Amino acid sequence: MASNLPPKPTLEHSTTTSGGLAHEHHERPRGMLRWLLTTNHKEIGTLYLIFSLTMFFIGGIFALVVRAELFQPGLQLVQPEFFNQMTTMHGLIMVFGAVMPAFVGLANWMVPLQVGAPDMALPRLNNFSFWLLPVAFTLLLSTLLMPGGGPNFGWTFYAPLSTTYAPPSTTFFILSLHMAGISSILGAINIIATILNLRAPGMRLMDMPLFVWTWLITAFLLIAVMPILAGVITMMLMDINFGTSFFNAAGGGDPVLFQHLFWFFGHPEVYIMILPAFGIVSAIIPTFARKPLFGYASMVYATASIAILSFLVWAHHMFVVGLPLVAELFFMFTTMLIAVPTGVKVFNWIATLFQGSITFETAMLFALAFVVLFSIGGFSGLMLAIAPADFQYHDTYFVVAHFHYVLVPGAIFAIMAGVYYWLPKWTGHYPDERLGRWHFWMSVIGVNLTFFPMHFSGLAGMPRRIPDYALQFADFNMVSSVGALMFGVSQLLFVWGVIKCVRGGEKAPAKAWEGAEDLEWSVPSPAPLHTFDTPPDFKPVTH
Amino acid sequence: MNPVQRTVFRTVLALMGMFAFAFALVPLYDAFCQVTGINGKVGDQPRSIANEEVDTSRYVTVQFITRSGKGMPWQLEVEHRQMRVHPGQPTEVNFAFSNNSGKALTGRAVPSVSPSQASLHLRKVQCFCFEEQHLEAGERLEAPLVFQLTRDLPPDINTVTLVYTLYPVTDSQSQLQAQTSPVRGGGV
Amino acid sequence: MRKTLAWIMGAGSFLGLASSTLANGWNMPAGVTDVSREIYSLHMTIFWICVVIGIVVFGVMFYSLFRYRRSRGAKSANFHENTSVEVVWTAVPLLILVGMALPATATLKRMYDASEADLDVMVTGQQWRWHYEYLGENVSFTSSLSTPRSQINGEEEKGENYLLDVDQPLVLPVGRKVRFLMTSDDVIHSWWVPDLAVKQDSIPGFVNENWVRIEEPGIYRGQCAELCGKDHAFMPVVVRALEGDEFDSWLAERRKEAEAEASGVDREWSMDELMERGEQVYGAICATCHQPDGSGAEPTFPALAGNEALLNDRDRHIDVVLNGVSGTPMAAFRSNLNPVELAAVITYERNAWGNESGDVVQPSEIQALLEQ
Repeated sequence: MASNLPPKPTLEHSTTTSGGLAHEHHERPRGMLRWLLTTNHKEIGTLYLIFSLTMFFIGGIFALVVRAELFQPGLQLVQPEFFNQMTTMHGLIMVFGAVMPAFVGLANWMVPLQVGAPDMALPRLNNFSFWLLPVAFTLLLSTLLMPGGGPNFGWTFYAPLSTTYAPPSTTFFILSLHMAGISSILGAINIIATILNLRAPGMRLMDMPLFVWTWLITAFLLIAVMPILAGVITMMLMDINFGTSFFNAAGGGDPVLFQHLFWFFGHPEVYIMILPAFGIVSAIIPTFARKPLFGYASMVYATASIAILSFLVWAHHMFVVGLPLVAELFFMFTTMLIAVPTGVKVFNWIATLFQGSITFETAMLFALAFVVLFSIGGFSGLMLAIAPADFQYHDTYFVVAHFHYVLVPGAIFAIMAGVYYWLPKWTGHYPDERLGRWHFWMSVIGVNLTFFPMHFSGLAGMPRRIPDYALQFADFNMVSSVGALMFGVSQLLFVWGVIKCVRGGEKAPAKAWEGAEDLEWSVPSPAPLHTFDTPPDFKPVTH
Repeated sequence: MNPVQRTVFRTVLALMGMFAFAFALVPLYDAFCQVTGINGKVGDQPRSIANEEVDTSRYVTVQFITRSGKGMPWQLEVEHRQMRVHPGQPTEVNFAFSNNSGKALTGRAVPSVSPSQASLHLRKVQCFCFEEQHLEAGERLEAPLVFQLTRDLPPDINTVTLVYTLYPVTDSQSQLQAQTSPVRGGGV
Repeated sequence: MRKTLAWIMGAGSFLGLASSTLANGWNMPAGVTDVSREIYSLHMTIFWICVVIGIVVFGVMFYSLFRYRRSRGAKSANFHENTSVEVVWTAVPLLILVGMALPATATLKRMYDASEADLDVMVTGQQWRWHYEYLGENVSFTSSLSTPRSQINGEEEKGENYLLDVDQPLVLPVGRKVRFLMTSDDVIHSWWVPDLAVKQDSIPGFVNENWVRIEEPGIYRGQCAELCGKDHAFMPVVVRALEGDEFDSWLAERRKEAEAEASGVDREWSMDELMERGEQVYGAICATCHQPDGSGAEPTFPALAGNEALLNDRDRHIDVVLNGVSGTPMAAFRSNLNPVELAAVITYERNAWGNESGDVVQPSEIQALLEQ
């Protein structure tokens, strides 16, 4: 297949590009201090991405502990107490430590470049919001070593398991989540301020690349729901330490209220983890199909309607808590409705491919796998929306299969696609295609081996979050565990590929991909530290 | 203010609004539950008898279940475990608390109604669950429950179950409860 | 490209295999109630609709990928919108969704049926067992995992119903409407039996309702579905459905046993009798947390063997077992165990594993504490 790739654009035709020359403004600290104090959006973007990759591996190791214990029935490696800490930490780390920071990192790097801004609107705040993260997650991970262990109540931390019955370390868990939340909020403010105020002259909102659009909407979602999460965990903190009874029935509170509040945050949060992925895929598919994105405007409207609907569907996570009929019906209908804008997006991507001139670089392979596998997650999501059927699916491995399909080959594949797509811009070198293809195929096979059998074990009746299971689930679990190991190991290829690309490789011109149109491709590769010191001359493309 | 500052100012305002909204959701949720009958919650204040004719053509079975939560050495007994009432008919049932332990203690009976839709049509005129009870060691206290199921109880509901779970009240809870009880405390 | 195709075909055949082996162990069970069968057919309908949509959508996608490869010399067109196509692919899914929502709504309405039941069972979740009470029948018991620890730890071969067996199953009649009232003593649990299509959260302080009308006698197994702490995986649900008359005689039998047990309260029990009975109760109820040898699991579950505080304060020991400890997993057993069982287990704990208090707690003493 290597021979099928098109010739890369030559270096010559790229050096003529505009976009501000790189020149150092002032003395810069060197070594560690440089990274600690940097206010440059590219350096902070890099920090975010490295942090996220680290967390991805830590969360991945936790997942492998879980999968290793589930390799066969019986308790072999870990005890249930520790198992519960592993599932909880895996979820928390992946959601708040890996996926969200990865998207913020990509936004830091690419949003200023795509809108033609010299930097983020609030560079010092940017530095602060990044450095909150390592502190927050060091604290979170340290709870594992505290007496009574770390959080063991699942990433959804339902009260009263997470309040009255929680380990003593829960207060630290709340503190670290607060810090991670503040970091996301500050990141979101920064992104909104950048997008709304620093666009190149002449770039209207409807001229922005979709990655910028999806991030703008994501940032608004973050502003709307992260304070709700902060409120919920503050209530938990008060219940645990100050004797209030928000969620404690004994004091007149209501454990179900916790779930309502949590999912009022939690469902938009799910879209926070997927909307930027839509943006990345919407940049990559047109590039490698050499054809403008089909239905730009409808993509924007679909993203916005998904975001709005996300506030009206939260109780579909709670179909079995005993809701009245009217509520079940309402949340079933709104949830099903989400399939419409999501479908529009998938159709638009396919229409973009139709009559294109398609090549299969690694970035494109990941983007295409995203479309297919995310859609499979969408189908199981539609099945889960059907309230009566959800009485059977709820809290089984079917749900685990569903959300891993939308998050792993969904969000994470999109992030990887984005990395392979923008690596030439970041490093000035093309990533190794051969290595990239190995990484891609190993990942695709690994992911499907891991998560596809979970549909079956779930339907056959295996509840989630259990360290040991009945014998009829043994085969599925064995396959899943083998797949998980394969997926985990193949991510080392990714790290290798990225390092290799940073250190050298085929030189990339400014416009590294023939079909790429957005502003970031007008600055040299690698992008100098300072770009667009004078605003670029923006001409709307055919959106 | 430059445009960036203006944007930041607005987003921060929205943020603070949303944080306050999270806390406002607690009483809002309770109000919502009381209006819609979600969760088997009704107000924790006594209500008057609805003046309406008793529907003698229809019987509804009312069950009473009493339970003790953790750390609660009391017994809550009810005169009748089950009774049949007509919609519209005010009914009185006697409950008895007894503290079998050797120490004085404050407790609360937390009510719940099933099916939850029935809570919309349940009016409690008098209930021990509106307040905390304090019992000396070995003390026994009789407390009546006066209630009425209104005539608009949906026809498909034939059985209404009232459950009371006894919980001990700790000092810190008691104080906070005193401040917040108008908005919280799922009383029926 | 050949690899891509191979993979697509692989995935396709996997999907085909998945849908063709609908029989045991791959799919949702159709179950043994009207409701469960309705849910099953709803599930299959939606599944097949998704499969058809998937085939069409991915078909077009893979056709495009294959047909418009640049390596095949494809030149790209330049269109980027088409209003009528966009309207169609918004409207058509909407119609399909309406088609799905109609039967789902009908099923849901049937499930929310509050008509009078023939039998009421109160289901109480506890860390980590279920307590069942037949309301108004004076029969209640606790149902806990009966799979031996040695099987879980791999010291013994795993039995046929590994992790899905209990000491006392919930016995229900066939053909009668049984109403469940669900609640919890500690955290949120979820009572689930796939064959009955009943999954309902049990929530502390609140009561949920559900119902079932079983059509075939048999044994149906399920599990707790909501994470409830350490032994969440080890609190199965087993329902034994009997024909109506068999059920009636079973219930009568249980009632008689309960009465016999109640009368046992009045007599004086010997130490040996209490120790023997206590060991059974301890094994079924207490050993999961406090361990079979009483060594506990600090800090959550204190050791009972050699516990000075416990040995020195007999009244406190009785109080804790009867009333539980607020804010810890220690449950109140006053209404879950009868006075004989309570007296026996307390006596056992005070005299087993080298605890040599010599104390005997008589059922009559417990009875007095419970009644007064």
